[in-house]
Amino acid sequence: MKIIVAVKRVIDYNVQVRVKADGTGVEKENVKMSMNPPDENAVEEALRIKEAGNANEVIIISIGDEKSQETIRTALAMGADKGILVKTDKEVEPLAVSKIISKVAEKEKPEIILLGKQAIDDDSNQTAQMVSAILNWPQATFASKIELKDNEAIVTREIDEGLETIKLSKPFVASCDLRLNEPRYASLPNIMKAKKKPIEIIEVGDLNIDIEPRIEQIKVEEPPVRQKGVMVSDVAELVNKLKNEAKVI
Amino acid sequence: MSILVLAEHNNKEIKSSTLNSISAATQIDSNIDVLVIGSNCDDLANKISNIDKVNKALLLDMPEYENPIAELYEPVITSLSQNYSHILGPASTFGKNIFPRVAVKLDVSQVSDVIKIIDKETFVRPIYAGNAIATVKSRDKIKIITIRPTSFDPAAKDGGSGNVEKITAEKINTAPEFIGREESSSDRPELGTARVVISGGRGLQSADNFKLLNEIADKLNAAVGASRAAVDAGYVSNDYQVGQTGKVVVPDLYIAVGISGAIQHLAGMKESKIIVAINKDDEAPIFNVADYGLKADLFEALPEFSKELDKLNTIQK
Ligand SMILES: Cc1cc2nc3c(=O)[nH]c(=O)nc-3n(C[C@H](O)[C@H](O)[C@H](O)COP(=O)(O)OP(=O)(O)OC[C@H]3O[C@@H](n4cnc5c(N)ncnc54)[C@H](O)[C@@H]3O)c2cc1C
Ligand SMILES: Nc1ncnc2c1ncn2[C@@H]1O[C@H](COP(=O)(O)O)[C@@H](O)[C@H]1O
Repeated sequence: MKIIVAVKRVIDYNVQVRVKADGTGVEKENVKMSMNPPDENAVEEALRIKEAGNANEVIIISIGDEKSQETIRTALAMGADKGILVKTDKEVEPLAVSKIISKVAEKEKPEIILLGKQAIDDDSNQTAQMVSAILNWPQATFASKIELKDNEAIVTREIDEGLETIKLSKPFVASCDLRLNEPRYASLPNIMKAKKKPIEIIEVGDLNIDIEPRIEQIKVEEPPVRQKGVMVSDVAELVNKLKNEAKVI
Repeated sequence: MSILVLAEHNNKEIKSSTLNSISAATQIDSNIDVLVIGSNCDDLANKISNIDKVNKALLLDMPEYENPIAELYEPVITSLSQNYSHILGPASTFGKNIFPRVAVKLDVSQVSDVIKIIDKETFVRPIYAGNAIATVKSRDKIKIITIRPTSFDPAAKDGGSGNVEKITAEKINTAPEFIGREESSSDRPELGTARVVISGGRGLQSADNFKLLNEIADKLNAAVGASRAAVDAGYVSNDYQVGQTGKVVVPDLYIAVGISGAIQHLAGMKESKIIVAINKDDEAPIFNVADYGLKADLFEALPEFSKELDKLNTIQK
C-alpha cells in the first residue's frame, strides 16, 4: 500500500515577511525557505502508518521550481522512500496543484493521500478538498487524529465548534493539522541515506494540465501598521483607562 | 445575475457567519438567494428568508443532510451553479471544507478568506498570515468565494420578505460516515462574535489556571480564547485557538495574557479595536500591537484585575 504526501516549499514560518516596494509580491530572494509546517505533520503521519505495517511505500510530491527538491529531500531524510518533483517556475494555484496531484495519483495508485491543511504562504486551504473531489475519494480535512482499521479510517477533525469524528474507507484524502503528531528530526545517517533516494522529475508540460492562473494578482501591500500604545504602571490604571479613555468596559 | 450564499447553521439557529456572508453578497449584487441544506429545518429556512435583502431561501431538507458532510453538500451546490454568477460562504471550517470541492468541480479557482470586496471580480485577501494584503481579480466565469466573517457586518435578521423554495437532490454513496461531535459548551458569548475576548497563552501554565481568566470573562461578558501553545499543552480545547490556523476575532477589546505575540497569533487578533497585553517580559512582541501594556506577573495581575472590576461594578450600582 502506497501513501502520497504533498509538500510545499514556502518561506520559513519564523521569517518576518516583507512586501516588495513595487507591490508585485513579497521578498523571496535570500529568504530562508522550509517545508510548509503542516506538511511535516503529513510526512510524519505517513511514516508512522508505514512503521505500523499499514503501508509499504511513502512517496513525496512537490510542485514547484528546481529548489523544491530540497524540500523533498527533507522528507526523504525523515524516512520517506521516493520523491516526485513536478517542475514549473510559474506560480501554481491550488486548482492546478490539485489536478497535478490527482494525475500523479492515478498513475501511482496510492490508497491514502496526505496534505497539509493550509499553505502558510497563500493561506488558501483548498488543495486537499480539491484532490478529494477530483478523484471522488472521501476527504478528512483538518485531521488531528487518524486511526486506521483494515480498510477504514476513523479521523478526528478540528472544527470551529470543537472536534468531529468521521469514518471513511480507503482510498481517501486527508489534510493534516499541526496537532496530528510531533514531526521527527532527521538523523544524520538518514540525511546521508536520503541523498541516494530517487527523485523523479516530471516537467509540468508533459502532464497536459492547464496550469494558467485564473486569479490575477493586482497588487500586494503591507497591512496597516498598528500604533504602539502605552505601558500602564498597574492594574488600577489599566482598568481606569479601559473605562474612561477607551470606554470599552 | 444572482448570488448564491450557502447558509451555516445547526438546523435550528442561523450562525452569525451566514449573516456576514449575506452582507458581503449585498456588496456584489442585490439579487441574493440563500441555500439551506439540513434536516428538519423548515423553521430555520423561514427565518433565513426573512433576513434583510434575501430574495429566497432554497431548502434541501432530508435526514441525510443533518450534518454538513462536504461530499453531500458539494453536488447540491454544483447543480444549482448555472443560475449564479457568484457562490459565496464563510471561511469557517464549515465553508473551508466544502467550497474548494465546488470550485474544482466547476473548474474554477476559489478566492479564499476575502476581507473586502472591490467589485464583482476584484477582492482583497490577506496572505502570509496577514503580513501582506493581496488585491486579486478572478477571471473565472463563476466566482467561488469564501469571506472572512469578522470583516463584514452582519445583515439584519429581519426586514426581508423572501419565500422558501424546496429543492431535492440525489443520494451520494462515497461520503464518509458521520460519527459524532464534541462541542465545548459554555454560557459565554461565542469567540468569533464576542465584544470582549480574553485569551491565555503558555504563561497560564495549566488548565486549572484558566479559571483566573474565566472569572474575569464572566465579569466582562467576554469570550475566552487561547494561543496555540496553550491548546497544544492541553489547557483548553482546540476551538479556543486564535490565530492563523485558529479563529480570527475582531472584538472591541482583546486582552492577551501570558501570550508572547507570535505573528501566527497576531494574525487572528490584530484587527481588534483595543488590545491589552499582560506579560512579565517587557520585550514580548505582543506589546508592539497593544494599546495598553502591563508588565506584570499574571498570577498577581489577574486577581487584582478581577477585584478592580468588582469595584467598578459597586460604584455603578
Ligand atoms: C504554521 C503555524 C501556525 C500557527 N498558528 C497559530 C495560531 O493560529 N495561533 C497561535 O496562537 N499560535 C500559532 N502558532 C504558534 C506560534 O508560532 C507560537 O508558538 C504561539 O503563538 C506561542 O504561544 P504563547 O504566546 O502562548 O507561548 P510563548 O511564546 O511561550 O509565550 C508565553 C508568554 O507568556 C509570558 N509569561 C510566562 N509566564 C508569565 C507570567 N507568570 N506572567 C505574565 N506573563 C508570563 C512569557 O513572557 C511569554 O511572553 C502557529 C505556528 C505555526 C508554525
Ligand atoms: N506546490 C505545491 N506542491 C506540493 N504540495 C502542495 C503545493 N501547494 C499546496 N500543496 C499541498 O496542499 C496543502 C494545502 O495548500 P493550500 O490549499 O494552498 O492552502 C499544502 O499543505 C500542501 O500539502
